[in-house]
Amino acid sequence: MTSPPLGPSRPSPSGRYHVAVVGAGPAGLAVAATAAAAGCRVALLDAAPAVGGQYWRGRDPGVRLSGVDVMTGSAVWFVSPGFVLHRRGSDPVAAERLVFATGAYDRTLPFPGWDLPGVVTPGAAQAMLKGCGVPIGDRVVVAGAGPFLLPVAAGLLEAGVRVVGVYEAGDPTRYARAPAAVAGARGKAREAMSYLATLARHRVPYRTRHAVLAARGVAAVSAVEVGQLDRSGALVPGSVRPVECDAVAVGYGFTPQLELPLALGCATRLDTDGSLVLAVDFAGQTTVPGVYAAGEVTGVGGAALAEVEGRLVGAGVAVATGHRSPLSEMELTRLLRRRSALRRFAALMHRVHAPPAGWPEWLTENTIVCRCEDVPVHRIRAAVTGLGATDGRAVKALCRPGMGWCQGRICGYPVAELTARWRGRPLTAADLAVFAHRPIAQPVRLGDL
Amino acid sequence: MSASGHLIFDGRRVPVKPGQTVAAALWAAGIRSWRTTRETGAPRGVFCGIGVCFDCLVTIDGTPNQRACLAPASPGMVVTTQLGTGR
Amino acid sequence: MSRPDVVIVGAGMVGAACAYYAARNGLRVTVLDRASVAGGTTGAGEGNVLVSDRQPGPEMDLTLCSLRLWREIGDELGRGPIELEPKGGLVVASTPESLSALRELAARQRRAGVEAVEVAAGDLSRYEPHLAPGLAGGVHYPQDMQVQPMLAAARLLAASGATVHCGVEVRGIERDAAGGVAAVVTGAGDRIGTRTVVNAAGVWGGQVAALAGAHLPVAPRRGFILVTEPLSSASAAARGVVGPIRHKVYSADYVSTVVSDDAALQTSTVVESTRAGTVLIGSSRERVGFDRSYPLPVLRRLATQAVALFPFLAEVSVLRTYLGFRPYLPDHLPAIGPDPKVPGLYHACGHEGAGIGLAPATGALIAAQLTGGEPPVDPYPFRPERFG
Ligand SMILES: Cc1cc2nc3c(=O)[nH]c(=O)nc-3n(C[C@H](O)[C@H](O)[C@H](O)COP(=O)(O)OP(=O)(O)OC[C@H]3O[C@@H](n4cnc5c(N)ncnc54)[C@H](O)[C@@H]3O)c2cc1C
Ligand SMILES: Cc1cc2nc3c(=O)[nH]c(=O)nc-3n(C[C@H](O)[C@H](O)[C@H](O)COP(=O)(O)OP(=O)(O)OC[C@H]3O[C@@H](n4cnc5c(N)ncnc54)[C@H](O)[C@@H]3O)c2cc1C
Ligand code: FES
Repeated sequence: MTSPPLGPSRPSPSGRYHVAVVGAGPAGLAVAATAAAAGCRVALLDAAPAVGGQYWRGRDPGVRLSGVDVMTGSAVWFVSPGFVLHRRGSDPVAAERLVFATGAYDRTLPFPGWDLPGVVTPGAAQAMLKGCGVPIGDRVVVAGAGPFLLPVAAGLLEAGVRVVGVYEAGDPTRYARAPAAVAGARGKAREAMSYLATLARHRVPYRTRHAVLAARGVAAVSAVEVGQLDRSGALVPGSVRPVECDAVAVGYGFTPQLELPLALGCATRLDTDGSLVLAVDFAGQTTVPGVYAAGEVTGVGGAALAEVEGRLVGAGVAVATGHRSPLSEMELTRLLRRRSALRRFAALMHRVHAPPAGWPEWLTENTIVCRCEDVPVHRIRAAVTGLGATDGRAVKALCRPGMGWCQGRICGYPVAELTARWRGRPLTAADLAVFAHRPIAQPVRLGDL
Repeated sequence: MSASGHLIFDGRRVPVKPGQTVAAALWAAGIRSWRTTRETGAPRGVFCGIGVCFDCLVTIDGTPNQRACLAPASPGMVVTTQLGTGR
Repeated sequence: MSRPDVVIVGAGMVGAACAYYAARNGLRVTVLDRASVAGGTTGAGEGNVLVSDRQPGPEMDLTLCSLRLWREIGDELGRGPIELEPKGGLVVASTPESLSALRELAARQRRAGVEAVEVAAGDLSRYEPHLAPGLAGGVHYPQDMQVQPMLAAARLLAASGATVHCGVEVRGIERDAAGGVAAVVTGAGDRIGTRTVVNAAGVWGGQVAALAGAHLPVAPRRGFILVTEPLSSASAAARGVVGPIRHKVYSADYVSTVVSDDAALQTSTVVESTRAGTVLIGSSRERVGFDRSYPLPVLRRLATQAVALFPFLAEVSVLRTYLGFRPYLPDHLPAIGPDPKVPGLYHACGHEGAGIGLAPATGALIAAQLTGGEPPVDPYPFRPERFG
């Protein structure tokens, strides 16, 4: 792949930015603000109508963006070598350095009935409530794994919704076994405690090592089946019972959105949570010179880590484009220390809230795995055990999971996992990369291409 | 930001509040699905809520395959249940 | 593992067809692939089985033989499981000049045994209701077919009964004192004794030949495909309801591109509906080595040509694009047959943009050569020794 003109710093020729940042969440905002403060010409692009990303979601993030060309409503659908970002509906944007801060989305695991209307991700519940003031139901189950379940449940309670139960597949008592990592992120622990207090106040059962195994209903979900998990993540026999609800929010952490950096050839790795993330160096640079990454794309760790990484990368690209770092020595040291502490906590969080090992046992042969192409378990099994598919690429080619509208964003993880398991080997980054590789990052009309 | 009023969903009036997406407006009116899958005809509505899963595709003002969770709702909009491919 | 009569390197479409026919001729076959089934170019192309784009000559003979064998395979495995569809091709000309060139080609093709029916400009819409207006005319080729290459390769392999090992790379080919093949050596260091190796390694065929000290100048020719959103469904297709495009439709300039020696970008867009409901648009041809980047101008050109044929596509979304490397040889004919220098080594590679279509005839020819049977076509034009 051709590398960009990286050489000595020079003023940006007109029309070409020093830095273009894709994604205006906590990470991208921090990159843009920091680089602009150093004097860089910065473009900040986001598909959404306003900046803020998943965390701020349209509310004012209170970040000073003077000197930044903010381009909202700019879904980037293609990136060419030479660092040109193609966006829908307007001219391409070119820059000397690119920063990808495209965030993450909920990671989901299939289970019988997960395609019923009313079964949504925790992120969807949050987006509908925080973004539009609409709660996802009147009697809601919140389930899956990860600390994010707590603010989702607490938010629904504050909106007057009856939360009938919160079911966490992990075992949060394991946090106590790593006091040093927890101490490094004290704010997080405090936040979790306050959500737990809200749950307790509303007498909402919070069950750990429990999972939603199936959803039932005709036109929409009317009940879920909940079961207890043992220490190995397998279902405890006889523990399954029904819980009535009219909506369920279920997800197992987040997974990054990587198609743009992958299109440029950036290398990836498998993170502690089993997600595919970008491999970056100390400065946040990917394996492609001149291409940087910040926030969830480098490893899921939450808004605070995203912002810290964003400031560091913003300062780094400023220096790389011939500007003086806007960070003092002291600020730099503090941010670096904070980044390590938050990353250590994130790694702990990944281990505590890992997807339960027994999830494939919950599937029936007819459970839909690929929602777009209606591919059930038995067709994937037939491809692996009957037609000789040994990797995700072959499975995809032989029975179409990941070929539909979402291009494997939703089914990529479960299909890769099932394929690896049925081949009797561990999941690899290459398995996931098959489903994350999307040179056309967003659907584009043939007439607009 | 879009204003208050009503959109029309399959001939029915659905209230729209400023800042809402089409999905949120429909959901607030108790509507949980507005699409059927092309192979099995199963009903679908919101899943990811942020434009990633494409489960919420719907026909808006005659144009099929719009993501209801991203499309801003506006008064007077005509939204129709999308069957199969929407074409 | 018991000693195989023949080891086939490559589980692509060609290796699968070789395994199928070799096994039917009573040989014990082992197939090795370093990737998965159909993990090479077979998983990165289209499934056109075309006679319409062939000039009369050796490749035409191989094609006509293949068409017959594909129909047999369809009867044996069922058409559905390999998505074999004898849908026919429609080649259209936009100008009177290109129409007369097309007519002239069709006349020669007819003399070689091809069915080619001229379609007047006014009748084109009966064949393809959504075709752009104003075209000069076209030719309908009822013999053109479609097959899903990955399913076809996987199912042929499964039906062959051959022993298949995926994730096994061939790193060496051992020869005995007389210079003949003695064994293949895998990446894990295993030695599989055999007197016969079939090199079906596609675009990597030159590398596999080199392992035995042989020479085969296979080189890559890159191609891109665009895939649209689904416009129809597989369940409807099973009821006989086809997508918006009924045939394989392409413009007459394809023919000159296929045989061209120009290294620069060439595009000639074949547009068709697939059983899965998408529309497939492809493909381009470029000689740029194994470059895996996606240049926008190439994708744009494919899109523009598709929209020129079918204006309604302008409103349809592209969901994905992928690329592959066609294995080509300098004279654009595949190498099929024994290596001139290494006894026991056979080549079956270099099919360029027609390896799916030509696979069955290739497999049948190799099987005949391995067992001393009657070759289904004249093997002479495909002999590997033409590269010295
Ligand atoms: C639905 C959802 C809701 C969440 N809610 C919360 C919450 O309430 N509280 C909390 O602490 N954490 C929440 N999170 C977790 C969240 O991932 C992080 O806390 C934080 O937002 C991460 O910051 P980021 O900058 O890395 O990414 P994000 O905030 O996700 O920002 C990424 C931005 O990139 C843009 N983008 C992506 N691809 C493209 C493209 N191709 N072209 C243009 N723009 C693009 C997106 O539109 C988005 O605005 C939520 C996550 C999700 C998925
Ligand atoms: C964009 C595009 C469109 C196309 N469209 C058509 C079409 O419509 N119709 C048509 O007929 N053809 C088409 N083709 C061409 C067709 O795809 C190829 O000719 C055909 O797939 C070649 O098949 P193969 O089995 O020879 O090679 P491959 O499928 O590449 O198989 C070779 C196998 O060998 C394996 N291998 C290589 N080296 C080793 C080793 N050392 N050890 C073990 N295994 C090894 C590889 O992993 C690979 O799986 C197209 C090609 C492209 C790129
Ligand atoms: S709900 Fe997933 S894209 Fe709209």
